[in-house]
Amino acid sequence: MSKYYVNKFLYTVDRDPELLKRYTEDPRNLVATWEQSLGPKLLNNEVEASSVHAFTAEEREALINHDYVALFEMGAHFFLNLTLFIGMYDEPYLLKSGPLSFQREFAAKLQHWRGKDYPTVET
Amino acid sequence: MAQLVATLASTHHPFYLKATTMPPEQQLPEAPEWKRKVEAYRETLERTKPDILVMIGSDHFHQIFLDNCPQFLIGKAERYDATFYNEEREFGIPKYVLEGDEDMSRFMHQALMNQNFDFAFSNELKIDHSIICPIITVRPDADLPVVPIYTNIFAPPLHTPRRFYDLGRAIRKAIDDYPSDKRVAAIGTGHLSLELGGPRQFMETGPDPEFDRQAIEWLRTGNIEAILENVTHESMAASGNATHGFLNFILMLGVAGPEGADYVDNLDLFHTMEAYFTWYPKEQAA
Repeated sequence: MSKYYVNKFLYTVDRDPELLKRYTEDPRNLVATWEQSLGPKLLNNEVEASSVHAFTAEEREALINHDYVALFEMGAHFFLNLTLFIGMYDEPYLLKSGPLSFQREFAAKLQHWRGKDYPTVET
Repeated sequence: MAQLVATLASTHHPFYLKATTMPPEQQLPEAPEWKRKVEAYRETLERTKPDILVMIGSDHFHQIFLDNCPQFLIGKAERYDATFYNEEREFGIPKYVLEGDEDMSRFMHQALMNQNFDFAFSNELKIDHSIICPIITVRPDADLPVVPIYTNIFAPPLHTPRRFYDLGRAIRKAIDDYPSDKRVAAIGTGHLSLELGGPRQFMETGPDPEFDRQAIEWLRTGNIEAILENVTHESMAASGNATHGFLNFILMLGVAGPEGADYVDNLDLFHTMEAYFTWYPKEQAA
């Protein structure tokens, strides 16, 4: 398991409009591209590679499926997990069901965690 | 020596600008009251005529990430760009360029090191909404130089509440010792109870209204003993997964000193309690 790598994915996609668009429209391909050529780069360095991290099969599937519930349960950082999916779903939900409807659905899908200790986001 | 003229501590709500500038027929019912309260809070800074703003906030994984994550960081640059693409996208916050004050940053950095705070520093810091939100609310002309300080309230392990308070005291000492005739205001933002990306997000109130009421009372009375007795990482997590932003309020109470606030206001919004505090140094209030 690599919470760090999942967070690195969420972080790098959220901050780049082109990657966000590709992740919205074709997540399977974007995840594959990311694993092949973006994830293995040291951050803020176009030259240096980093061989430390890789996704587990569960992490890869959760990212491909836009499965923010699974990502929460794996301990992905709550802020990254929220802000990236808001970036993709806030507007379509707003047009269909009104303000904050995506955020409320997100919360509703996590209700089984109410009153429990959440999975730690420590990496 | 420099003079601390005010200490301001508030929540930072990234939707304030959007919520109060969209066409009135689309605004939240609370928007006009929110605007009035923010403008009244702004006046508590305006009347002190500051020359420099020491700004305390926390990067939200914009420039700082888990590959290299400092607990405390100070900006040392002649200016600072602000607002990242994903903040424009999500919150509608515009780009800014803020002037820095390298001389004061340098002094502050050394003074904090001398007081055993091992600060990271950045000569190319792009600041995020934790510092731009209070610029928008209390200094919208963005016309004063800033000394930005970031704390880690986000990526565990975090420092203790006591350490945040002590850092506030150390920042206060550094301001008091700064050899300058400038008037300095310290402005920090954080959160009361808050949930993001969890089951209690975006409810009708914040996730723990009882904590919010208690926290406002502690800050109003400057009761650092009660805060340090009652607030732990576990208690904050129980009040909402992003409640650790309260650590910055504890820091600001350290800047002000353990004294009652001179100005306190709050507003119950749809998913958070907003709160606004100003302390004036007692020797000036007299």
